[in-house]
Amino acid sequence: MAVQNRTEEHVHAHPGIRTYVEIAVILAILTSAEVAVYYIEWMEPYLVYTLLTMSAVKFLIVVGYFMHLKFDHRLLSYVFFFGLLTGLGLVVSFLALFSHF
Amino acid sequence: MADVAIEHPTSTGIDSRKLAMWAFLASDCMFFGSLIASYMVAKNRSVVGPYPDELINIPFTSVSSFVLLMSSLGMVLALAGLQRGNIPMFRIWTLATGLLGLVFLGGQIYEFTEFYHEGLTLRHNLFGSTFFTLTGFHGTHVAIGVVWLFSLFLASFKRGLVTPAKSLNVEIAGLYWHFVDIVWIIIFTLVYLLPY
Repeated sequence: MAVQNRTEEHVHAHPGIRTYVEIAVILAILTSAEVAVYYIEWMEPYLVYTLLTMSAVKFLIVVGYFMHLKFDHRLLSYVFFFGLLTGLGLVVSFLALFSHF
Repeated sequence: MADVAIEHPTSTGIDSRKLAMWAFLASDCMFFGSLIASYMVAKNRSVVGPYPDELINIPFTSVSSFVLLMSSLGMVLALAGLQRGNIPMFRIWTLATGLLGLVFLGGQIYEFTEFYHEGLTLRHNLFGSTFFTLTGFHGTHVAIGVVWLFSLFLASFKRGLVTPAKSLNVEIAGLYWHFVDIVWIIIFTLVYLLPY
């Protein structure tokens, strides 16, 4: 019974199908915007920051909603973001080490 | 009674399998972080061509990216179907997700062969080494995910293997699949869209 209750709570905590479709539309729009920005000449000075920001937003949307991290136990967020930030730190460190900044 | 999922109590209240998958994904973040770091450091440092801007096809890769993104939608719909006890919905969307994954892999294979025909190999220059290593490992992850999804699809035809009470198994597969998608979100931006 405890298992069934927990399963029911978990199901109710999930976004609905309509929400998932809306999120997918948002992701598709963001992807299209990324590609569009690539081709817009006057956006060139802002290209890197714009693309990185849009990617980060897409990333967080998928992690938060599709992977359900927003609604799950906090420990899972700590575990995942520990790995993510370590990987990110590695990238930044390498770029700094090889004088990309 | 036969369909009741028996959970072992954990100190965190989280199923151990789910925690294990998240821990694996955290480690995979570090793994791909190292490959991406290598790519970014080697970017624009190839001494000989072919160079990225001569090879990269943004429209083609944009379609691939869209395909993989939509496969993530398929995955959540498959899980939603199973959790609602709608096995046909689960089957349709799991199959769709796997097929979209295959389409993505087909696109990758096409791209790899096109690059190869232009003279780019794993050991030809820095771009070849880092590009093929990074996208190759990602493609391998996708391939494993496709096999996993097709396994779930086939298992759903055997009574008792794929049930709403056991939806965690599909949820865990979904976590892996979505991770593969978010890695591609990063790769698409850093490798293809950022200027050379």
